[in-house]
Amino acid sequence: MATLEIKDLHADVVTDEGNKPILNGVNLTIRSGETHAIMGPNGSGKSTLSYAIAGHPKYEVTSGEVLLDGENVLEMSVDERARAGLFLAMQYPVEVPGVSMSNFLRSAATAVRGEAPKLRHWVKEVKDEMGQLEISPEFAERSVNEGFSGGEKKRHEILQMALLKPKFAILDETDSGLDVDALRTVSSAVNEYKSNNEVGVMLITHYSRLLKHIEPDFVHVFAGGKVVQSGGKELADELEADGYVKFTTEAAV
Amino acid sequence: MTVADNTAAANVAEAAEVTIPAASRAERFASYDVEAFEVPGGREENWRFTPMKRLRGLHDGSAPATGEAELELETAPEVRVETVGRDDQRLGQAGVPSDRISAQAYSSFEKATLVTVPAETKASARTLVRLHGPGEGKTAYGHVQLRAEQFGEATVVLDHVGSGTYADNIEFVLGDGAQLTVVSVQDWADDAVHVSEQHLKLGKDSRLKHIVVTLGGDLVRVSPTATFAGPGGDVEMLGLHFADSGQHQEHRLFVDHAVPHCKSNVLYKGALQGDGAHSVWIGDVLIRAAAEATETFELNRNLVLTEGARADSVPNLEIETGEISGAGHASATGRFDDEQLFYLQARGLPEEEARRLVVRGFFHEILMKIEVPEVRERLEAAIEAELEAIGV
Repeated sequence: MATLEIKDLHADVVTDEGNKPILNGVNLTIRSGETHAIMGPNGSGKSTLSYAIAGHPKYEVTSGEVLLDGENVLEMSVDERARAGLFLAMQYPVEVPGVSMSNFLRSAATAVRGEAPKLRHWVKEVKDEMGQLEISPEFAERSVNEGFSGGEKKRHEILQMALLKPKFAILDETDSGLDVDALRTVSSAVNEYKSNNEVGVMLITHYSRLLKHIEPDFVHVFAGGKVVQSGGKELADELEADGYVKFTTEAAV
Repeated sequence: MTVADNTAAANVAEAAEVTIPAASRAERFASYDVEAFEVPGGREENWRFTPMKRLRGLHDGSAPATGEAELELETAPEVRVETVGRDDQRLGQAGVPSDRISAQAYSSFEKATLVTVPAETKASARTLVRLHGPGEGKTAYGHVQLRAEQFGEATVVLDHVGSGTYADNIEFVLGDGAQLTVVSVQDWADDAVHVSEQHLKLGKDSRLKHIVVTLGGDLVRVSPTATFAGPGGDVEMLGLHFADSGQHQEHRLFVDHAVPHCKSNVLYKGALQGDGAHSVWIGDVLIRAAAEATETFELNRNLVLTEGARADSVPNLEIETGEISGAGHASATGRFDDEQLFYLQARGLPEEEARRLVVRGFFHEILMKIEVPEVRERLEAAIEAELEAIGV
């Protein structure tokens, strides 16, 4: 059983014009086996939360804590966080020209697992996961994310999650850019991973449609850089019916 | 603002400067005689990027030969090697020197090396011509000609190593239907200055793959000029360079399409790191009125790995006929991409390994086109060593 605790987290985005505060005291605790949905309007700071936890250099934590089983995540480098068991499925996966997907996946698995996976098992493992996500085998030889459609990028993010086996996975708007069929495929891969692994999941989304496929245990409304209301999955239905207006006006006050 | 927006901005942050030359490239003066050239001052179009003081007098006649470059040869059994005097009628066939240093070299060499691939013969092994510089503090001039006679086929590696100051002309003369792959490697010691004009002359239906690799040296300036003697010629010009702190690496290309139905394809990629590292790439392509059905494309990409390094990239395309198959150019200089680094690190790869992956990926496209395994392996090792040097 692992725990990810976010305590009174404040963070700025670093820009050429100076720092701008985005997160204003986020409190959230996720335990293995739990799925938490973070829902909020655009610009509320949801993605900043995910980048701050992952350690993106454009975001600076000004106060607060992120603890993984009591260990201070904020003192770790980006790669140390990944090796400690954190995974961020990115909203905008980055292209790396000239680096094949298969080389990248194997390098990442070697780094996270601490040793190179046995080739025979590895090939089968990758093939099975790609099959589950309906990714055509030819993608293994293509450069990382280069020329991929939005949906193809998202499938590959989930592929990486399945292969790197994190303790905590943050899925940042993984549903955006997915059509109905792709959403179903990606969701079932996430559900499969959840049912076979002790994982805590943070689902960041703007829309409730993802939550019809991946059932959350908790729903948090995010506005003005912090969690403004928490509840069960019924909260998502309420948001779908009423929108975020109530929360954005409250946060502005 | 999203992170992705920043990535896109960073990648085009240093879009190349594209200038219209003051005069058409066709007007550029050329002569075998050094005295026919004025001494350049450094402001001329041809010299404006070159640090003239570091040329050690190669450009102004104040650098007489004080040493000799030494040749080491490993030739394929079918390939002939001769040492000839200045009066050999075959010399100068591939082109005329187009700058003062090239003319100085042409006026100064005493013996030339001629490497011939006989007609209708395919060399069974690669040929290596390794040239050792004259030594620290010494100056030498040289001349090498590679000839592939009609339908001859071969792969030749020209390897430049050692110390000193060296200027030369290298000629590639391809007979009709000949196929030649040549690699010119500039892997000099830190003190070396090398200025080289390379003349590529393609016969009817011949194919030349010309690869320039510049790694070492204080100042290296390589100017390859490709011309076509008959229709159907196809030249692929590839370049890979890696400049470290203080190094000046300049590659000035000129493809002169004066004959119909010829093809040229240029791809140069360079990485730079460290204070004062400077690379210059000039890509002049001229499609003359007679050169109908020409197909040409040129591309230059630079990757700036650290602060303090500078890449200049100037593509020039002049087209004098509308009857062409295609013509284009592109050039871009990008900084090392923090977003790529973050992405790879977020997948558990330590920073050093992530950087290596990105740089290897950058050069991958070009390494895959170098079919000479020993050269490719050496380049891979050299790239690793360069990365090692800045501790990534």
